[in-house]
Amino acid sequence: MSNSVGIVQAQCATFEQPLIFKSGAVLPRYELMYETYGTLNADKSNAILICHALSGHHHVAGYYADDTKNIGWWDNMVGPGKPIDTLKFFVIGLNNLGGCHGSTGPSSIDPATGKTYGSSFPVVTVEDWVNAQARLADQLGIQRFAAIIGGSLGGMQAMQWALAYPDRVAHVLAIATAPHLTAQNIAFNDVARNAILTDPDFHGGDFYEHGVVPTRGLRLARMLGHITYLSDDAMADKFGRELRHGKLNFSYDIEFQIESYLRYQGDKFAAYFDANTYLLMTKALDYFDPARDLDSDLNRAFAAAKAKFLVVSFTTDWRFSPARSHEIVHALLHNRRDVSYAEVTSDHGHDSFLMDDAQYMAVMKNYLDRVGEECAR
Amino acid sequence: MNTSIIQSRPDFAAIASWIPEGSAVLDLGCGDGSLLRYLRETRKVCGYGVEISDANVATCIANGVNVIQNDLESGLADFEDDAFDFVILSQTLQATKHTEALVKEILRVGREGVVSFPNFGYWQNRMQVMLGRMPVSHDMPYQWYDTPNVHLCTLHDFEDLCATHEVSILARHVMTGGNDVLVLPNLLGSMAVYRVKRSV
Repeated sequence: MSNSVGIVQAQCATFEQPLIFKSGAVLPRYELMYETYGTLNADKSNAILICHALSGHHHVAGYYADDTKNIGWWDNMVGPGKPIDTLKFFVIGLNNLGGCHGSTGPSSIDPATGKTYGSSFPVVTVEDWVNAQARLADQLGIQRFAAIIGGSLGGMQAMQWALAYPDRVAHVLAIATAPHLTAQNIAFNDVARNAILTDPDFHGGDFYEHGVVPTRGLRLARMLGHITYLSDDAMADKFGRELRHGKLNFSYDIEFQIESYLRYQGDKFAAYFDANTYLLMTKALDYFDPARDLDSDLNRAFAAAKAKFLVVSFTTDWRFSPARSHEIVHALLHNRRDVSYAEVTSDHGHDSFLMDDAQYMAVMKNYLDRVGEECAR
Repeated sequence: MNTSIIQSRPDFAAIASWIPEGSAVLDLGCGDGSLLRYLRETRKVCGYGVEISDANVATCIANGVNVIQNDLESGLADFEDDAFDFVILSQTLQATKHTEALVKEILRVGREGVVSFPNFGYWQNRMQVMLGRMPVSHDMPYQWYDTPNVHLCTLHDFEDLCATHEVSILARHVMTGGNDVLVLPNLLGSMAVYRVKRSV
């Protein structure tokens, strides 16, 4: 594998200091799974934090010695010589609280009860995640990040860092994201949640105790999500009206290729992802709104930010459209913050932020090369 | 770097001479960001560029110039009224479709505007037309079939537009081959830079 960070190992950080959630809930102790790539320099100024989106986790790049096919979710972006260059930067990926990849979440055992948290796991917000991430940074001795980078829900975390910890981040790269979700976007999330909540195997979130998994709900939720991550054109190009068996069967089995694809994606996802985590992630998306307590004035919200920003959107992304990125840019301009904005022409809808696109890669690389020069100074 | 830029773009020095240190500047159609970089280095401006081309946006970012990727023709919605001390439109006016609307937008967003363009009234251009050909020159290096220029004008034409829209001309710099032109500017100047503001 060329330009790979190679074999990586997940690590676990334990926090004994209670975390108070925005909701008021308290988690007395918790663990966060993380991975690091590259080397932290002597003055600890070259650290980059990668914030994951809805279904992401700490395995951002490279592969495991005992599972070489398990390649990190952003391996095309992170590695030696890649835009997030591990020869220059010390890159951290983590699994957020409430996740289902090893960090404390609904499927973890609550030491107070000896049972899985299930429905008792607190509803977590982007703010809570960022507070937990800041503690991980403390533990790793990183006072200030050279950059914090995230796409979609990850972009919300990156922005939140600039608002909550303005002195702890030099650059924010906010990709395919929004300053808050629209009603339409919340509506999609609610349908997805309802698919899970109404699955008889969900048991109010305590399905672990019943030895079942609400697979049907999770599968439907993912199928719906997937439709919204792709563009109309991309779907038409890839699947069109192509029939799996070349003719109409007058049945409700899989007939069109798109049905086959969606069901496959749904099954694949439902096999490993946790239904409660899915609910939490979508709720965190819905709740994020840094201007909410400021008369919905995003300009005021961004007054706190000191970081320099790169904002990137994709032309066919209708779930987090370029117009939403413009709102972020507008607020940064209002506050005279350094900001660059690239609107990348791409056919792949919201998923574009995970794809290889020459312009997207060039923008990321050029921006981060400058960040690297600042670290080296 | 500065010397070579000034040689290739004589309007840069004229523009810089009007801009006080530390001004907030918006450069519309900023290309690869060289003017903003020049103004940052010589005038310490707080600057942003607007650019539509992918390649130029990537280059601006590589140059550490703030760039907003957008189409000037769709207006300047990202920018608030009076957000900038100066809005610059350097060698771009003649290539815009909604030229009149853009001039208004420039003076909505900027307290002052700086506009440079090739002078169609330059005698060499007039000669070429008289000899039956569309003009091709250093400042307009295109054939009629591949030119991005759709709204070419003379100094008189531009000044008429300003008068129609209650735009005052604060200063004007006319040049040919990097040298100032003081006599018969509409005939002897190949390009012009104007410093303008709203008169009402």
